[in-house]
Amino acid sequence: MTKVRLTRAIEFSTSLRYWIPDLSEAENRARFGRKAGPHGHNYRLEVTLVGEPDPVTGMVIDLKDLQTVLDREVMARFDHRDLNRDTDFFEKQPPTPENLARAIHGLLRAALPEGLLSSLRLYEDPDTFVEISEPPS
Amino acid sequence: MIALTRRYRFAAAHALRREDRDEPWNERVYGKCANPSGHGHDYGLEITVAGEVDPRNGQLFDRDQLDALVLDQVLDRFGHSHLNDDPAFAARVPTAENIALVIGETLAPAIQAQGARLARVRLEETRKNSFEIGDPR
Repeated sequence: MTKVRLTRAIEFSTSLRYWIPDLSEAENRARFGRKAGPHGHNYRLEVTLVGEPDPVTGMVIDLKDLQTVLDREVMARFDHRDLNRDTDFFEKQPPTPENLARAIHGLLRAALPEGLLSSLRLYEDPDTFVEISEPPS
Repeated sequence: MIALTRRYRFAAAHALRREDRDEPWNERVYGKCANPSGHGHDYGLEITVAGEVDPRNGQLFDRDQLDALVLDQVLDRFGHSHLNDDPAFAARVPTAENIALVIGETLAPAIQAQGARLARVRLEETRKNSFEIGDPR
C-alpha cells in the first residue's frame, strides 16, 4: 500500500504580546520592539498526518476523531484566548509563531497515535508561516 | 530536482459506504458521508511531475500534453460522475485517500511514458481537508 498524507486545517484567533515577565519593561521593549505591545493574529494551522489507509474503511484516520483532538488540544486552549495570560507556554519565551508551533507540535504529538503526525504548518497571517516536520520514517 | 505542478478541478458525487456491511456499521464509520443518496464535492487536484528540463524548449513537461492527459484520464472520467459507479471503486470505498491513490495509479504510467515521473498527487476535498501521495512538499 502507499502512504497517504492527510491535511486538516483549522483557524483560531488570539491576542498576544512578545513579553517575558522576568525582563523589565525597557528590556522587553528593546528586545521585541513594536511586538512588545498587545496585538492579535488570525492563525491558520494545517496539520498533516501520514499513514496507510485502513484496508476496510479506506481512511487514514476518521476526520471526526482528528477534529476532536484539534478542538481539545488547540481550539479550546488557544482560540479567543490571550497567549500570555491564558496559557502556560510563554512565561520564559515570547509567543512567536516558531514557539507557538513548537508548543502545538508537542501537544499534538502526545495526543495522536504514535507515528501519525507528519508535519504542521502555522500561518500567522497569509504571508507568514512556520513549518515543523517529523523526520521521514 | 525540479517539478512542475498544474492545478485542476472537478465536481463529483460519492457516498462513503460498503454495501457488504450493514447500515449501522456504515453510519458509525462514515457518519453523514454514508448517506445512500450520496453527496458531492468540488475537488481541487494538483498534479506534480518531476524530471529533466528539455534543453530545446526549457520545459520538463509540455503543459498541453499534461492537460490533455489529465482531462482524458481523470477529469472526463470522474468529473460530473458518481464515483461509486466507477469500476475503480467497485472494491474500494471512494474516500479522498482512495481517490488520490486511483488518480496516481491512473496517471503514473502515462507520465512515465512521456519520460517524466509523477511526483505527487494532491487532492483537496474541501478548503479544510486535503490528501496527498508521493513526494512531500
